[in-house]
Amino acid sequence: MHQERDADIELRLLIEAIYLKYSYDFRDYSGASVKRRVAHALRQFELKTISALQERVLHDPSAFMQLLQFLTIPVSEMFRDPTHFLAIREEVVPLLKTYPSVKVWIAGCSTGEEVYSMAILLREEGLLDRTIIYATDINPNSLEKAKQGIFSMENMRAYNENYIKAGGKRLFSEYYTAAYDYAIFDKTLRENVTFADHSLATDSVFSETQLISCRNVLIYFNKKLQDRAFGLFHESLCHRGFLVLGSKETLDFSGYKNQFDPLVKLERIYRKS
Amino acid sequence: MRTSFPCPSPDQPALPAVDAIVVGASAGGVEALLKIFRTLPKGYRLPIVAVLHVPDQRRSHLAEVFAMSVAMPVKEADDKETIAPGTLYFAAPGYHLSVENDFSLSLSQEERVHHSRPSIDVLFESAADAYGKRLAGVLLTGASSDGARGTAKIKEYGGLTVVQDPAQALVRTMPEAALALHTPDFLLPLPDIGSLLVELERIAC
Repeated sequence: MHQERDADIELRLLIEAIYLKYSYDFRDYSGASVKRRVAHALRQFELKTISALQERVLHDPSAFMQLLQFLTIPVSEMFRDPTHFLAIREEVVPLLKTYPSVKVWIAGCSTGEEVYSMAILLREEGLLDRTIIYATDINPNSLEKAKQGIFSMENMRAYNENYIKAGGKRLFSEYYTAAYDYAIFDKTLRENVTFADHSLATDSVFSETQLISCRNVLIYFNKKLQDRAFGLFHESLCHRGFLVLGSKETLDFSGYKNQFDPLVKLERIYRKS
Repeated sequence: MRTSFPCPSPDQPALPAVDAIVVGASAGGVEALLKIFRTLPKGYRLPIVAVLHVPDQRRSHLAEVFAMSVAMPVKEADDKETIAPGTLYFAAPGYHLSVENDFSLSLSQEERVHHSRPSIDVLFESAADAYGKRLAGVLLTGASSDGARGTAKIKEYGGLTVVQDPAQALVRTMPEAALALHTPDFLLPLPDIGSLLVELERIAC
């Protein structure tokens, strides 16, 4: 038990050092997950203690960039939870069409799967040309990947199944070119996408938006940080704007619960009250 | 290591007082869990958090199925939910379930552990961190080695560990993997595990 307390102290010091040196704020992330990811990083760095890792990242920015890849979780897929996208198509899009122009914020976009899924959906609904998508993340490497729009070919079969279940209107393969083991996505999908570095933990609102999608990001935050994020979303959304979350994320335990109405509760689609 | 409960000898040492119970099961787990949880009386006050390996699917009906047969309230664990006494929680398919140090539950989609998400190791290790010696871990039937490391960690942190007797498990791989890593406090058949959980509650509450 005693040894473990030492590790807890070291972990807090590491997180504090990262914040002071690099302004990345993991202090209000869910502790159990951060602990596992740092333990995983220790094995990859072949270091024995978190203190040693702290010393390394404090004096070597490239080591910090390496560590950041462990601290963020790039688990994503296109049209993940297809019924969610179907509900956006059926319940949200008809209302979005009433706006002369639309701004969409995909917060925590990771390597871009959610961005391309949303862009495809909006194009099929005739909305993409008058939409600006802001795709933000804290991890520059993930953003770079998202900008490239190149994904592993081996996932395309699963994504295609998702796309069909999500109410896709064409052939999924029309949106990419296959090159060896990769699927290169149609670059016109990202013509109106702005990829940007943005932290829900430290940055503020940058634009008014009509739709915010933030999926499987908030589960990594504690309640305090979740509320900060909900506050940003509330501030950014226009009157009656839409907020969509991951399938296990909810406003139910948040102080913002009463400032949003569920539109399709099962699919985690909310509307600003 | 004791192999029956209650023990036949009169000088049976008292069980420790725990604040929570974690349970892990894989292949054959539904039947095993039903057998154990059915023996728990209405008004059972310890919280129980369970990971049962199920195929990846968007929605699971585990909580509903168990709610029909178990006297205590049963629910799928929600992210950031505070663990309430007398409630049986199941991990949602596709997400790891952890116990935070403030005794709330959190979900995550980190990489699979032993091909599983939710993983028993993830639940057990985080619960050991949070509860220390005031935790009991129960590992049951399964065709995986998930849960072995987590059970050993519970023991290492001073908690109580119970492994289903492999000879009586539907699939013995998982209990055997746990035995290869550590010696649990109890190696029991299912009916004895039920009795032990009842006694744990009597002592703690």
